[in-house]
Amino acid sequence: MLLIKNGRVLDPASNKDSLLDILLDGERISRVGANLPVDGAEAFDATGLIVAPGFIDLHCHLREPGQEMSETIETGTRAAAHGGFTAVCCMPNTQPVNDTASVTRGIVERAAAAASVRVWPIGAASKGSKGEALAEIGAMKDAGIVAVSDDGKPIATARLMRQVMEYCSSLNLPVIDHCEDASLFAGGAMREGPQSVRLGLNGIPAQSESICAGRDVEMASLTGARLHIAHMSTRGSLEYVRWAKKQGLRVTCEVTPHHFTLVDEDVRYDSNYKMNPPLASRSDRAALIEGLADGSVDAIATDHAPHHPASKDVEFDRAPFGITGFETALTLGLTELVIEKKLSLMRLVELFTTGPARVLGIERKIAAGEPADLTIFSTDREWTFRAAESPSKSRNTPFDGRSFRGAPMATIVAGRFVYRR
Amino acid sequence: MVERLTHLLGIEDLTREQIGFILDQSKPFQEFQRHPLKKLATLRGKTVAIAFFEPSTRTRISFTTAAARLGADTMALQAEASSLKKGESLIDTVRTLEAMRPDGIVIRHSSSGAPEFVAARIDVPVLNAGDGQHEHPTQALLDALTIRDRKGRLENWNVTILGDILHSRVARSNIHLLSKFGARITVCGPAMWLPREIETLAPNIRRTVCVEEALDGADIVMVLRVQSERMYEPALAAEEYILRYQLTPVRLRLAQPDALVLHPGPMIRGLEIDPAVADGPQSGVLEQVTNGLAVRMALLYHLVGAAPVDAPHPAKERTSASD
Amino acid sequence: MRVVEKRQLLSAAQINHSLQRLAHEIVEESAGATDVALIGVRRRGVPLANRLAEVIRGFTQEEAPVGTLDITLYRDDLSTIGSQPVVQSTDINFPVDGRDLVIVDDVLYTGRTIRAAMNGLFDLGRPKRVRLCVLIDRGHRELPIEATFVGRTVQTSETEIVEVRLQEIDGEERVMLVDRVS
Repeated sequence: MLLIKNGRVLDPASNKDSLLDILLDGERISRVGANLPVDGAEAFDATGLIVAPGFIDLHCHLREPGQEMSETIETGTRAAAHGGFTAVCCMPNTQPVNDTASVTRGIVERAAAAASVRVWPIGAASKGSKGEALAEIGAMKDAGIVAVSDDGKPIATARLMRQVMEYCSSLNLPVIDHCEDASLFAGGAMREGPQSVRLGLNGIPAQSESICAGRDVEMASLTGARLHIAHMSTRGSLEYVRWAKKQGLRVTCEVTPHHFTLVDEDVRYDSNYKMNPPLASRSDRAALIEGLADGSVDAIATDHAPHHPASKDVEFDRAPFGITGFETALTLGLTELVIEKKLSLMRLVELFTTGPARVLGIERKIAAGEPADLTIFSTDREWTFRAAESPSKSRNTPFDGRSFRGAPMATIVAGRFVYRR
Repeated sequence: MVERLTHLLGIEDLTREQIGFILDQSKPFQEFQRHPLKKLATLRGKTVAIAFFEPSTRTRISFTTAAARLGADTMALQAEASSLKKGESLIDTVRTLEAMRPDGIVIRHSSSGAPEFVAARIDVPVLNAGDGQHEHPTQALLDALTIRDRKGRLENWNVTILGDILHSRVARSNIHLLSKFGARITVCGPAMWLPREIETLAPNIRRTVCVEEALDGADIVMVLRVQSERMYEPALAAEEYILRYQLTPVRLRLAQPDALVLHPGPMIRGLEIDPAVADGPQSGVLEQVTNGLAVRMALLYHLVGAAPVDAPHPAKERTSASD
Repeated sequence: MRVVEKRQLLSAAQINHSLQRLAHEIVEESAGATDVALIGVRRRGVPLANRLAEVIRGFTQEEAPVGTLDITLYRDDLSTIGSQPVVQSTDINFPVDGRDLVIVDDVLYTGRTIRAAMNGLFDLGRPKRVRLCVLIDRGHRELPIEATFVGRTVQTSETEIVEVRLQEIDGEERVMLVDRVS
């Protein structure tokens, strides 16, 4: 039994914001109330801290199986726990691609043995994510996938997207798309704009993403399927999502912390600023922040994409795309969004909890009987993020050495602490 | 006192004074090219690594000759010969070079930012001989020297740059340099190679797709090479380019009567430039080549010759009188 | 570095007398004025060479050509002094081959400058003969170099510095002996 005392409980599902105690019994929440008696439970003093439902990350890369030199389920989830996440959805672009039930089962079993947090795999949409034949989606669902995606790439054609959507609809699975137009993207290293011209790097226009988002929204309109736009980074894509929501389509989207924090002007010849989608324009960032505030954006997701140091320590245009993100997500949300008064603390918590839960078709709340997953954080604790101290195997982040105000303090999964600062 | 240079990575971060200093220091080396005996011992015992990861004959020979005339030894590293083709990253090549302890590295590479990458990891002066689409500083410096010599000054000219601006490091370096000296720059080429954002590089830049408009009143015309094939992009037919953008004698007459024509080389006579213009009296192409040698000698002299910053001073002080 | 002026070695008038005498010596010891060419070593050798040529013109009505030589690229101590010194141009617009040359400099000390000057001259061609004319010889040679034409020989210590100040460069005209003070 674990008693979380005196914390400021923020529960978006019930719109609760008060000082409350939470009693955890085994893997479930047993009671929520003011001044609960301790009675033999282990007590955790959450005075001055926020207690929220356990955060969910809809988008990350754990690199296992096949790329364990960059990350493993064990190291990645430990980093996730350090970031306050209680559940992560890992993308299928592993080696082999997670396109069969046996690979899915392998991930699930490995997670059961070694993961610090819940691991909910996302299965490939097409075999090998090659964009041709459908993957074994039904079998993978039985093995535990929560959604389908060819992330790393877009789902290759409109026709394939339609088939995936119709099939996944019948299985009640959301389809997540990494929106990109291959012909516009080809050879690109960063967003096309004044900075790409100054640096002499091949640019990718914003339309590469929005063309594909538009295509996907049209297919959602045709099929009625649940569509989720991954790591949305442009005003253009957001406009399509807004339109879709207005039509009552079941379209959702996520934004990463780096896309609401950095812009293309921040890019130098440093591969820690190279990711896909690339850092966008100031105007895009402003639009995304507006969307995060007004509900057009449903979730914040990290797209934690570890690459072992040697692979990133190359010329910018040759470096792989991706940065890590578990440990800085919450603090960037607090710094860039809440302190800057773009949105409320409750809204931020929604973006990490009920927002992602809704995309997955589940619930996330602090109430008796719910899973004992909690994220406890401070809004004023000062700390410096040092990549070298991270449990992740990789160091590819633009935030190394940055000082922040606001930090995850403790993470509880199924009634047990998986992280304490 | 001009701020001392430790590397030459690009023009963008140089001051007018530093550029002026390099051009002034190139003059004795211009004169030196006329000596019967073109060999100094100034950099004797120094080794310069010539690391060219992109094919190039002229620039590579120019740097190698410059180093040799200063008395330095050179270590040649070429893309075909090196393990780079096998997928070895630049960082391994850097570590190999570092172990050989050169006194300077001249690098040409297809990745923008490669010289900066090397300079950040190795404690040796780095000279950028062209990185991707980013900068080609020695080209801009030798162009500036040619302009200064031929036209009497570097300031305040009407400059037209003609060709594939988007992919040109020569265009970028020249835009950075000439704008520091008050140039009014017009960039001209086919629309898909004329990015809007080029106007943000410096003040006083205008774009036009019309070659006649671009040449009207120009004091200096820089013609860029045309690459017939680019990865990822559909090519433009040669005939189309010639029809709309070739610098012909008729078009050149739209410029000032004493307009100077420059080309970074190698030229494709008959494509971007009419042979009559290339070999005509307004062409500065031959001087560009000799000036390239002078500029590179001056740069190697100052960057490779200088002692590390904390070297001890000599026992005997130099006085105002000689000894 | 702090210096203290110890004494004046030559006044303006004395400099002038020396140059007059040296010019006459040069002409006397050569086949004729026009065969000889003067090479002024930058910096102060240059105005001295020009003045010698003027004096020579005065009493022979003939032109001894004057060239200027920058020895920076030929120095042997470049790698030890930090930033590279600025290079000036060498300006010798007559052929060096077969010529009777007189190198002109203000002070002869270790001989290294003159060694560098000779390297520079031999890069330009093959002179018939090279001799040296200096205003002051202060001893302490480190190389086997001698001056044929000397204005004045002065004994100095290692810490002392001979400062030649000329109107064209320093705005005044005298030769001072100064000492380094720690």
